[in-house]
Amino acid sequence: MDVRSQIAMVFHLDKCIGCHTCSIACKNIWTDRKGAEYMWWNNVETKPGTGYPTKWEDQDIYKGGWKKNGEEKISLRGSGKYKGLLNIFHNPYLPVLDDYYEPWTYKYLDLIESPAGDDQPTARPVSLVTGKPIDIKSGPNWDDDLSGTPEYARQDPNLKNLSKAEREAMFQLEKMAMFYLPRICNHCLNPACVASCPSGAIYKRGEDGVVLINQKVCRAWRMCVTACPYKKSYYNWNTGKSEKCILCYPRLEAGHAPACMHSCVGRIRYLGVLLYDADKIEEAASVPEEELIDSQLDLILDPFDEEVIRNAKENGIADSTLKAAQTSPVYKFVKEWGLALPLHAEYRTLPMLFYVPPMLPIMASLSQTDDTEQAKKLDPIAKFWDKHHRYDTTSKSIMQTVEQARFPVKYMANLFGTGTEGKIIQVLKKQLAVRIHRRSVTVGDIDKEITKDTLTEVKLTPEIADDIYYLTSLAKFDDRFNIPPAHREQALEMLEYTGDAKGSSGFGFKEVPQRGL
Amino acid sequence: MNAFNNIFFIALPYAALLMFLVGTIYRYKATKFKFSTLSSQFLETKKLYWGSVPFHWGILFVFFGHLIAFLFPSYILLWNQVPVRLAILEVSAFIGGVVALIGLAGLFYRRITNDRLRKVTNYMDLILEVLLLVQIFLGLWVAYGFRWGSSWFATVLSPYLTSIFTFNPQIDAVAMLPFVIQLHIILAFVIFMIIPFTRLVHVLVFPLSYLWRPYQKVIWYWDRKKVRNPNTSWDIHRPRNN
Repeated sequence: MDVRSQIAMVFHLDKCIGCHTCSIACKNIWTDRKGAEYMWWNNVETKPGTGYPTKWEDQDIYKGGWKKNGEEKISLRGSGKYKGLLNIFHNPYLPVLDDYYEPWTYKYLDLIESPAGDDQPTARPVSLVTGKPIDIKSGPNWDDDLSGTPEYARQDPNLKNLSKAEREAMFQLEKMAMFYLPRICNHCLNPACVASCPSGAIYKRGEDGVVLINQKVCRAWRMCVTACPYKKSYYNWNTGKSEKCILCYPRLEAGHAPACMHSCVGRIRYLGVLLYDADKIEEAASVPEEELIDSQLDLILDPFDEEVIRNAKENGIADSTLKAAQTSPVYKFVKEWGLALPLHAEYRTLPMLFYVPPMLPIMASLSQTDDTEQAKKLDPIAKFWDKHHRYDTTSKSIMQTVEQARFPVKYMANLFGTGTEGKIIQVLKKQLAVRIHRRSVTVGDIDKEITKDTLTEVKLTPEIADDIYYLTSLAKFDDRFNIPPAHREQALEMLEYTGDAKGSSGFGFKEVPQRGL
Repeated sequence: MNAFNNIFFIALPYAALLMFLVGTIYRYKATKFKFSTLSSQFLETKKLYWGSVPFHWGILFVFFGHLIAFLFPSYILLWNQVPVRLAILEVSAFIGGVVALIGLAGLFYRRITNDRLRKVTNYMDLILEVLLLVQIFLGLWVAYGFRWGSSWFATVLSPYLTSIFTFNPQIDAVAMLPFVIQLHIILAFVIFMIIPFTRLVHVLVFPLSYLWRPYQKVIWYWDRKKVRNPNTSWDIHRPRNN
């Protein structure tokens, strides 16, 4: 058993309001530079939708991730040692600028400096690449909130395997629903970007599992952009280097939450340590598609287990990290409660960012009642929905059943369940049970038996349901982000003799990151 | 004429060698960040395919042809004894040159006509492309006009290059070559000389080692086992990630 620690994340999608504050926080810190304008290391997509870059989930186009044919070992779909080096002069699967969008700004000064005339002056958009006026054709969130549904939402690659009727039902105006999918680099356990880099510039940090690109070793062979199935490695056209989300490691090392997580308005994000068994990574990534999620969750070790702790200590994992693993909110969501699932586990990269799937707007069930007495109490002007219907709190399906959800479970399963519905149904049922439990606690209009039944059906106790409720709804900053100390003070002395740097400008990257000749 | 020969066939190759060695080593040490292919595929991909692929395969074929002829001249002569084999070699080398020329011309056209690419083009890129265009053109001229190049390369140029590398330059044979061939040789030295100042450095960092490294790569800032063990001393080593 080779125990390693990994900083992992959970995004609770039911809480995401799609405000893009995370994207802006990230952009302002990391990608507000020439050549990086088009990059959104953190982006928020509307689902159903095609996302950014357009149709990134369609691996028939972009050939990202790992594939497994029959009994063969897993191999990179569009890159790798032989395919990658043969395609090195021209990578046929590389997404280009137009697949993302051409970044632009406006000529604001024209508003002030244009001469007096009959027309309002306008600020024309100019490309941030060429500096010339452009007609904006798309942006990073062109299909936000289902805008342009015929063009975008209906092209969502996750609609595969859905019948025509199911698709049509999703897009009926009165039934339409959507949810937001915030995405950052998954800092995978079996990263395809690392495996595809011919230069060996990309690596996973042993200490915390953050995947980084060494800017001095990257030579722009562009294979990582293809290999990452989530398209979270970006090519900087100006410096000729690839860049990606660094999980704000300078902040992490100082004990701060990453900028996107710190700024999250909906408080949907959780970050903490997971312990995993590095010996079993390849095995876990090689199981049949429908077992992938289970095998990935099996990699994650119980931080309370004596043997795990002993092995972790032997591997030099600090006590503080073990403590963080035991109190990790991510461990609770992913392993203890089984509420969070990886996004597109079928790409076989073993992503370490987990999502609590959304329930979408819940439809309560109504039952016919005689509420004339109730109506008498109301002012005649007061509007009420229907005189003779009331929320039916006597049935188990007070809040709808999973099968009645706005989206077919199959759609969710394509996103979070490798196409199989069992896992998704379990997670959604658990969430519903917690809601029913909390309603019975706070409102008290649900029969105790019904509450108990729904909880036992999904193997939850009222105590656990309360814990889930707390971490979902009330969690404070420190509950959501459990960051272990990085112990850089020891690392620094291991790396170099500190006396070497005495009287100089310090450690680290001292070369100005200029484009090559 | 003696001065001309001395400058271009003795001084120039040594200057080129020195500049290449000092320049690349210095650049690699001091400005490693700038070592990149500076790929522009992200900005324009369709035309790149029709330029980059033929150019690279063509130039690689021709380059290794020259290299083999330089390193193993006797084998080339042995091969060329049979006329059919000579024809195969010459024709395929010529085709390689033509393919490279067409590809490079396409790349040059692409670079100067595309708005986006102009933003990532500097003078050195253009100078290099023109130099290479001229060089390939001259090479084709030599191959067509002064037959059979592969044979006389082995007998004339291989000894000359060997004499350069053994620091005992013998230029009598080279001095008598036609001017077109001389120009081709001089230009080769010039291109060799400016490698450290162009994007050609990407050739030197071609990632062949990818073939035998494991797919996954994990880097530790420090060996935690060692730090925790009071019996081992801390060896001071440079991190491998920066």
